[in-house]
Amino acid sequence: MKATVHVMLKQGVLDPQGEAVRHALGTLGFDGVEGVRQGKIIELDLAGEDRDAAQDQVTRMCEKLLANTVIESYRIEIA
Amino acid sequence: MRAAVIVFPGSNCDRDLAVAFEAFGGQKPAMVWHKDTELPAGIDIVGVPGGFSHGDYLRCGAIAAQAPITRAVADFAARGGMVLGICNGFQVLTESGILPGALMRNAGIKFVCKPVPLEVVTADSPFTADLEAGSRIEIPVSHHDGNYFADAEVLARLKGENRIAFRYASDINGSMDRIAGVLSENRRVLGMMPHPERAIDPLHGGTDGAAIFSSIMSSLATA
Repeated sequence: MKATVHVMLKQGVLDPQGEAVRHALGTLGFDGVEGVRQGKIIELDLAGEDRDAAQDQVTRMCEKLLANTVIESYRIEIA
Repeated sequence: MRAAVIVFPGSNCDRDLAVAFEAFGGQKPAMVWHKDTELPAGIDIVGVPGGFSHGDYLRCGAIAAQAPITRAVADFAARGGMVLGICNGFQVLTESGILPGALMRNAGIKFVCKPVPLEVVTADSPFTADLEAGSRIEIPVSHHDGNYFADAEVLARLKGENRIAFRYASDINGSMDRIAGVLSENRRVLGMMPHPERAIDPLHGGTDGAAIFSSIMSSLATA
């Protein structure tokens, strides 16, 4: 089973890297990019077939390590 | 005075911090490896040094925050022990929840490495007792992720409880309220991005960091 965790800075938290990318896109001539936010994707290969248990386990991973919930939000996909 | 300096893979200010503790405390600090589960007996202060623990993988300080020794440092702090976290050490203290808030990428994206003027916000701590509130000192910074963030509630508490130890005299990294260092609720844990251990000898180019180490020594002598 595969879990994909998307970690993004929370709305309202300034994302300086996203801003730098937005500026760079403008420099390259890509007009109309009004906002860029950069995050990360973490893929996990999990043993077992129980989706609910996996969801629960990955949530605990996010709370303890994968995301810093002071500044980041996360979203989990189990496939 | 017996100090311990924690060493993570990728720490690179551990020796400088040990030199500073020894210069002011007279005893060689215990260098404590990250896989150790306990601090040596009789430690008065723990230093969590700067560097790039675990290569800054995932987030600065995130992996080190899960190290066995970090649990021991948290227990030590909970028992009222003194802890000084500098730069990456500050990041480890916030990632482990020993201090509130988080340190994000500098707002200007760039790594900032230069001496900066700091405003001493409070002298009411064992780390700043030899300084004067409102005075200015110059201490070097050297970081990519020093942009201090806390939610409105935490920020209000830090201000209300006079727990902001230092502010940058002018904004260098986007930190909320120009925060450069914060104290724990019991005022015995200090996390700061600037490096006082790099400003204790005239050959460093400045000695303003000395007052922080002398404050620590006087507070331990009178304790």
